[in-house]
Amino acid sequence: MVTGKGGVGKTTVAAALAIALASHGDRVLLVEVEGRQGLAQLFELEPLPYFEMRLGEIDADLRLLAVDPEEALLEYLDLFYKMGRAGRVLRRLGAIDFATTVAPGLRDILLTGKVKEATTRTDESGQRRYRAVVLDAPPTGRIGRFLNVTAEAARLAKLGPIKSQSEGVAALLRSPMTSVHIVTLLEEMPVQETTDAMRELTALHIPIGKIIVNAASPPLLTARVTQADIKKGLVAAGLPADKPTVTGLQSEANAHLARQAVEEQLREELGRLGRPIVELPLLSDGVDLSGLQRLAGILAG
Amino acid sequence: MPTNQDARFDVDAVLGDPAVRIVVCCGSGGVGKTTTAAALALRAAEEHGRNTVVLTIDPARRLAQSLGLTELDNVPRQVKDTPLHAMQLDMKRTFDEVVLTHTARERAKEIFANPFYQAMSTTFSGTQEYMAMEKLGQLRASSEWDLIVVDTPPSRSALDFLDAPARLGRFLDGRMLRLLLAPARAGGRSMFNLVTASFGIFSKAVQKILGAQLLTDLSGFVSALDSMFGGFRERAEQTYRVLQDPQTAFVLVAAPEPDAVREAAYFADRLRAERMPLAGLVLNRMHFSGVPQLSAPESTEAAQILAQSHPAAAQVLEVHELLMRQVSREATVASHFTDRFPEVPVVRVPAQPTDVHDLVGLRTIGHALANRSPEDGTET
Repeated sequence: MVTGKGGVGKTTVAAALAIALASHGDRVLLVEVEGRQGLAQLFELEPLPYFEMRLGEIDADLRLLAVDPEEALLEYLDLFYKMGRAGRVLRRLGAIDFATTVAPGLRDILLTGKVKEATTRTDESGQRRYRAVVLDAPPTGRIGRFLNVTAEAARLAKLGPIKSQSEGVAALLRSPMTSVHIVTLLEEMPVQETTDAMRELTALHIPIGKIIVNAASPPLLTARVTQADIKKGLVAAGLPADKPTVTGLQSEANAHLARQAVEEQLREELGRLGRPIVELPLLSDGVDLSGLQRLAGILAG
Repeated sequence: MPTNQDARFDVDAVLGDPAVRIVVCCGSGGVGKTTTAAALALRAAEEHGRNTVVLTIDPARRLAQSLGLTELDNVPRQVKDTPLHAMQLDMKRTFDEVVLTHTARERAKEIFANPFYQAMSTTFSGTQEYMAMEKLGQLRASSEWDLIVVDTPPSRSALDFLDAPARLGRFLDGRMLRLLLAPARAGGRSMFNLVTASFGIFSKAVQKILGAQLLTDLSGFVSALDSMFGGFRERAEQTYRVLQDPQTAFVLVAAPEPDAVREAAYFADRLRAERMPLAGLVLNRMHFSGVPQLSAPESTEAAQILAQSHPAAAQVLEVHELLMRQVSREATVASHFTDRFPEVPVVRVPAQPTDVHDLVGLRTIGHALANRSPEDGTET
């Protein structure tokens, strides 16, 4: 599972992780649950249908799924209550929307339930259908509630299939099969939320994997640079070395140093959390498939 | 590059216009909405002498502290050393207030004790958006304020702010709620109707899934609230209409990232369709170079030449190259919005080296919002 503060690149990292896991010929499923169609946008596809679609563009068995709570509820009702056609009528009535709104916890149980189903699905020979399932999970602000399915279920139902299903999900989430990776940027708020999420997940006994620093840039400067040094360099390189150019470059360098110092501090803060840290570089040409494969290489290494 | 062609968003003209009574800051999560709202409000109060209140939703801890938002009593408080007032939305308390104004005290007590009400007033999706609208309506009704600046909830989608109140209103008014609570009555006359038949099944399924207790609570809640059902929707609609009034100015906030800009474009489309007045776009966290004439490839080449002989200068050129690439990437991302909405004025706010969490920082942002983008300096 991949979480992180909104806007840090969770979907990108989740996709890179899935590609890394699929690179040895294993079948991997990449799932999103937020109804954003973020995977379709990332891979420049039409909105994903509600089935596990194989990504055609790469030489690996990677499948994509956008879980929709409505579809998951219908599937669930069909499974336990045999409501084929009636379910579709209910959807037209807006009943499904109603049920998932009236009990937001139900929505999360259905979504995590679907993920569990895919994770534990086996083929005829009893082999797991997927070597790994990567979930582009809700952001740090909601991850605790999203994963704390048993508490939600207890509020909803004392008995019945929902209760046993949520217990199954809860057991899976707390088992070594699960690992929640937290994506962050070297910025104050995402790091703060990483710390908060770690505390929350630890309290829920959900295993935490790596901290993934996205869009990191390596420190370029070792110390302050004087105007004289900049000027000499520009002259040696045959570039204009007028005063505005020199002072302009110096102030850019100073701003970079200030930023570097902040980032160094944040790195230390992350280091204190005691989890392995991976840094992924900023993809300066935008996120495309080759960029994702590059990130996958780093995650795999 | 389109940077200098699009209309400049004149923030001071909006903040100083006595006809503008409400400024709504909207945009996707994590783009600096709350900071922008606070900076605009502070500027309106300090520079334009307007009696201003800022309604924040979920400010970062340190920003909340510097705005004095530690007392969570759901009423505006003056921010220390400034004429500005600020408050943080307390969703539950606001909901309670709504109930209290619309029902007798005894009834209200019953409602407050209902477990379903307790769950709904804190976790129901859309409650936060609805209560933000409600609070805005209340602040507007008290004629105390010249200007109300509203931050919008950190929704999954920026559009939730516009849609959630109506959704909640529909839910509370809803046929669905009544059908669910009285399936027998609804299905009584037309037994063979597939709709009602499947509804009966559904209701049973819901009972099994959610448990009978929840339905009982829900039923109690609904009958207790019965008297104020119409009121909910009406109030949401009233506030919605205020948002279409020229006394409101929407300020879109985005960061130069593809998702944020895409979201801003959706929102601009929607505002246009709803005839809601969009005053301008704030592009936060933009980067600028003081030496734009030295291109990224030139810098790379020079840095390679100088790597051995002048290592310090080479490093500086690498920093410049990185910055130039970022500037051009941001310009490309921003142009996805500005090309589509050339009529929407834009202001670009430079990235701050650290997060803003004090009044000094907010004033700096306010200054940048008002007109001092660095390009001005390099143009002449």
